[in-house]
Amino acid sequence: MTGTADPARRVPSGTRKNLGIIGTRLAISLVLLIVMSMLVFAATQALPGDIALMVLGRDATPAQVDRLRSLLNLDAPVWQQYLLWAGNLLQGDFGTSFISQQPVGDIVAARISNTLVVVILSFALSIPISLLLGVFTAVHADGLGDRIVLLVSIALNALPEFVLALLLVLLLSVKVFHIFPPVALLSPEQSVWAQLPRVALPVLTLALLQMSYFYRLVRATMIDVLNSDYVEFARLKGMPQRVILWRHAIPNALVPAVQAAGTIFAISFGGVVVIEYVFAFPGLGTALAEAVGSRDIQVVQAITLTIAVIFFATNIVTDLITLMLTPPGRGGQA
Amino acid sequence: MTASDTQPIVLKDLRVETLGGTPIVRDIGFSIAPGKVLGLVGESGSGKSTIGKALLGYAAPGLRIAGGRFLVGGTDILGLSEAGRRGARGRLVAYVPQDASSALNPAVPIRRQMIERLRIGADRMSDAQAETRIRETLDSVGLPTGKAFLDRYPGELSGGQLQRVGLTVAIVTHPRLLVLDEPTTALDASNRASVLELVSRLNAELNMSSLYISHDLGVISAVADEVMVLYAGQTVEAAPSAPFFDAPAHPYSQALLTAMPTTRMRKELRGIRGRVPPLAERAAITGCLFAARCDLATPECEREMPPLTPFAAGVVRCLHAGRDRKPAAARPEATPDTAGPALLSVRNLSAHYGAEPVLKDISFDLRPGGCTALVGESGSGKSTLSRCLIGLHEDMQGEVLLDGVPVPRRIRARPTWMHRDMQYIFQDPYGSLHPRRSIGASLAAALRLTAGPDARPAREAVPEVLARVALPPAMADRFPSELSGGERQRVAIARALIGNPRLLICDEVTSALDVSVQASILDLLQSLMREDLAILFVTHDLGVVRSISDRVIVLNQGLIVEEGATARVIGAPSHPYTQSLLSKVLEVA
Amino acid sequence: MSESTPPSRAGYIARIAANRSAQVGMALILLVTAIAFLGPYVAPYTPSEFIGRPYNMAAEGALLGTDNLGRDVWSRVLHGGHDLVWMAAAATLLGLTLGTAIGLAAAYYKGLTDLLLMRLIELKLAFPSIVFALLFVTMFGPGKLLLTVVVGISQAPSVARVMRGVALSVVRQDYVQWARSVGMPSWRILLSEVLPNTTSPLLVEFGLRMMWSISLLAGLSFLGYGIQPPAADWGLMVNENRNALAIQPYAVLTPILLIALFSIGCNIFAEGVTRAIGRTGN
Repeated sequence: MTGTADPARRVPSGTRKNLGIIGTRLAISLVLLIVMSMLVFAATQALPGDIALMVLGRDATPAQVDRLRSLLNLDAPVWQQYLLWAGNLLQGDFGTSFISQQPVGDIVAARISNTLVVVILSFALSIPISLLLGVFTAVHADGLGDRIVLLVSIALNALPEFVLALLLVLLLSVKVFHIFPPVALLSPEQSVWAQLPRVALPVLTLALLQMSYFYRLVRATMIDVLNSDYVEFARLKGMPQRVILWRHAIPNALVPAVQAAGTIFAISFGGVVVIEYVFAFPGLGTALAEAVGSRDIQVVQAITLTIAVIFFATNIVTDLITLMLTPPGRGGQA
Repeated sequence: MTASDTQPIVLKDLRVETLGGTPIVRDIGFSIAPGKVLGLVGESGSGKSTIGKALLGYAAPGLRIAGGRFLVGGTDILGLSEAGRRGARGRLVAYVPQDASSALNPAVPIRRQMIERLRIGADRMSDAQAETRIRETLDSVGLPTGKAFLDRYPGELSGGQLQRVGLTVAIVTHPRLLVLDEPTTALDASNRASVLELVSRLNAELNMSSLYISHDLGVISAVADEVMVLYAGQTVEAAPSAPFFDAPAHPYSQALLTAMPTTRMRKELRGIRGRVPPLAERAAITGCLFAARCDLATPECEREMPPLTPFAAGVVRCLHAGRDRKPAAARPEATPDTAGPALLSVRNLSAHYGAEPVLKDISFDLRPGGCTALVGESGSGKSTLSRCLIGLHEDMQGEVLLDGVPVPRRIRARPTWMHRDMQYIFQDPYGSLHPRRSIGASLAAALRLTAGPDARPAREAVPEVLARVALPPAMADRFPSELSGGERQRVAIARALIGNPRLLICDEVTSALDVSVQASILDLLQSLMREDLAILFVTHDLGVVRSISDRVIVLNQGLIVEEGATARVIGAPSHPYTQSLLSKVLEVA
Repeated sequence: MSESTPPSRAGYIARIAANRSAQVGMALILLVTAIAFLGPYVAPYTPSEFIGRPYNMAAEGALLGTDNLGRDVWSRVLHGGHDLVWMAAAATLLGLTLGTAIGLAAAYYKGLTDLLLMRLIELKLAFPSIVFALLFVTMFGPGKLLLTVVVGISQAPSVARVMRGVALSVVRQDYVQWARSVGMPSWRILLSEVLPNTTSPLLVEFGLRMMWSISLLAGLSFLGYGIQPPAADWGLMVNENRNALAIQPYAVLTPILLIALFSIGCNIFAEGVTRAIGRTGN
């Protein structure tokens, strides 16, 4: 991006500055991640009272209680418990689920790829459509098309995930049309790619929610840009609409769009919890929902931390792209 | 030279209105010969920018060009289709923006922004031709032509460079008419002078005509061959520059000139009473739009709109054209009191922004009942100094004494009497009042905060302080959004006065105001000084300094470079920096 | 001088009140709230009364048929919004209060306070709200008070970000600087100078946060971690009856419709307020 014209002066200093910004972001994210792990730990394992009894209930047998206590190192002081737990996590050892007797790492690993498929597919569907819709409605702001799209997006955006999911089931699989299966049970023998029609409804639900948010942001950003002094100057210069749109407007709308896309990607891992549950889709969300019900502490810990790590990783990627897209001399906005 | 190159550019009967049909500007017409500059003068809300853009066949969203003919080299631009207008934009008529830092696209290298207009249209150039053309043009505006420079983004250039790039974008096509919309307003004095010089030179070299839009008569007198004065969307006077500045014929033109401060004498500035009729009310006025504010107005002025009629060398829209008002008068020089006890003493004050020093070892005294001007360019530290005194900038060393009592550096450590004695008035009248509070409530709140032991109840103090700033008592029930800029600044002064302060610190209080409003605010401050109130007046405008202050402190890069009686410092500056500041002042000869 | 202009204090409220979207949104919110609060008084049956066979669309006296256990769907609908609406309202108020306090403090004190508060917010944002809520439900169980507090806390970061942005521009204004210059204490500056000038964006946030609170609470109920059976609750009803979507759609569609009307109402209201204040937002 940065011109090759003046390598001696501009590019290196810019790159160094960018590296500095990225380094700081990484460091902050690491610190936050550590604090986050403490919070997750504190919210689940470091509560006052006997955790083992809280998990197992009053009528647990002493043997069960003892086994859970040793599994979670509950007899050690709290800070030791945390260090042990965090140390194991760093070595990739998420512990063994007390409920299912399976390694927690295996449970999470099996589910995370399924969830990623849903999120990434919906993202790939919603981002291009939102960009097109956003730019189109901004150029024709307050026109009929703009109003209709806006109205639909206000409605979609407001609906809780499960409401939208069930409405889609009614429309596309049970009542009106019979295109997609109402549940997205995957057969464990095949890869998720081989069973794509089954994930169609979860993907569509998530994509619609993403679009309702992202297109409006693109629209608002584009309207701001189209009202800017530099777009007016380009008009006064006699540049045709097409050039104004592609050369003068859209490049300036990219940075906010990338940042919003990052946010949407990260929060999709929340929305997907309920959507997966509606369609009985074997992903992180259903795993979390089940683990909450059975008080499977280690699984809850592992999944919440995984989602938090995805959040920070998304942030860092977003920042990198933002830095790459920010024109020189405009630093410090990121 | 073809015939069209010697034809003047002619505008006739331009009318721009809102989509609802309310006219913004009407009956505008002029003619500019090649190589000549027409100066278009008007205060805010006069419609001067609207005219400038209409010449490119462009109306801002919400407006439309409702009529007029605009002939450039035989083409009526306003008669063209949208595509035709687009072809004329930038090619026949080019636009120089007010603020190039926002008009240049931050995401596009400047080469592309300069070259793109040359590469489209019926007469597009080849890449090589266009490249040569931008280098020639950059050279003539005094910018580097190297590849390294061309590859820069706007964010990598200085303010002065940006303004020249903006100019280059406009003139690179060699247009017939250049529309310059306040192109120097955002620049400091030295950049302004060189851009103005550039405009004059380019006009002659390229045989272009220019329309120079400005609110500043000083700038117009320096650059224009002819002058057109705009009031409330109408031409009130148009004349060649020399006779115009010699003997303006319209009462409004006269009043504008009377309101302009000058460095040459301690001029008595007179404002223009009332305000420009708002758009919505203009339709109801059948007569002269200026009549309500005019000293010469007679009943027949309000009966019907006077036509533009020839007068002396130009045209005037006035029944009483040429009847001179009282000529500008000089007030007696004031001698600063240098003997009495100091009200405020500043000793060895230094201040920093982060690691950067902005003020270095500043010492001076202020005595009661006078006005000391603190002058400097942007970055001189003058605002920081005033903010240190009032406590809004706490990163400082040194000593400030009020009545001999040390003023704590931290604002919260200062006793109430200090808050009462020292009051601050801000630059921007639009941000200085709480928008959700009535004027009366704002004043009462100020009274409560600064009240001394002998404070009177708000119901007595509020009308009284409003009277002191020449506002009616009914103003107390209004909200800031209903007030004009001048009225808001009066309220801000009233808020400062209500606790009976002894020192007013005025930070560029008139620089956001039109010149006629500035004159009336300065007049008000003059009248307050007679009440034994000391004023520290922070400004960059030497004309204002000359009119209002008795003493000047000149600040450059955080240091006091010169200090003394105003008549002496402005009349015969001894420091080279003060001399160079004065040499850059543009005012009506 | 324009004597006729209405005072601006009434001005912005009047503009909002005159906005069609804001009116429609508020009407929907009030309609659903009225059903939720008055419903229990007009319901023909108690929410747990068995009146017939399960999933009977034509059960006598049952307007909308019966549910999975043979209870009257209409009565359960009338009983099932009460807790949801008050919990959402309480969570919204908590979120707005907390978020406003954080946002204003960060904008006013700047520096380290700002930095720490913003990092705290980033920390919370790393958990999607539903995950955040589930984390607490795991250990404490789905109590109404806990859910309200957790949902309220999870709304606070977004509010704080918006209010910080708004307050940053207010704090820069000269009237705030003036108040500082006469020694007004910080807390009074925040309450009397800054807060009153952030009310319009706060109203937008009210609409949006209400929408997210109801979505989140209904979503938790739907997962089975909100209001517990046998109580009636719109989210829970959807979960209990969704397998019979094809044969008894009313038991799912009616609660869905009410939740949707409410949250769409909130969103339209927020949109209307944005438009009303944006038009003259200077």
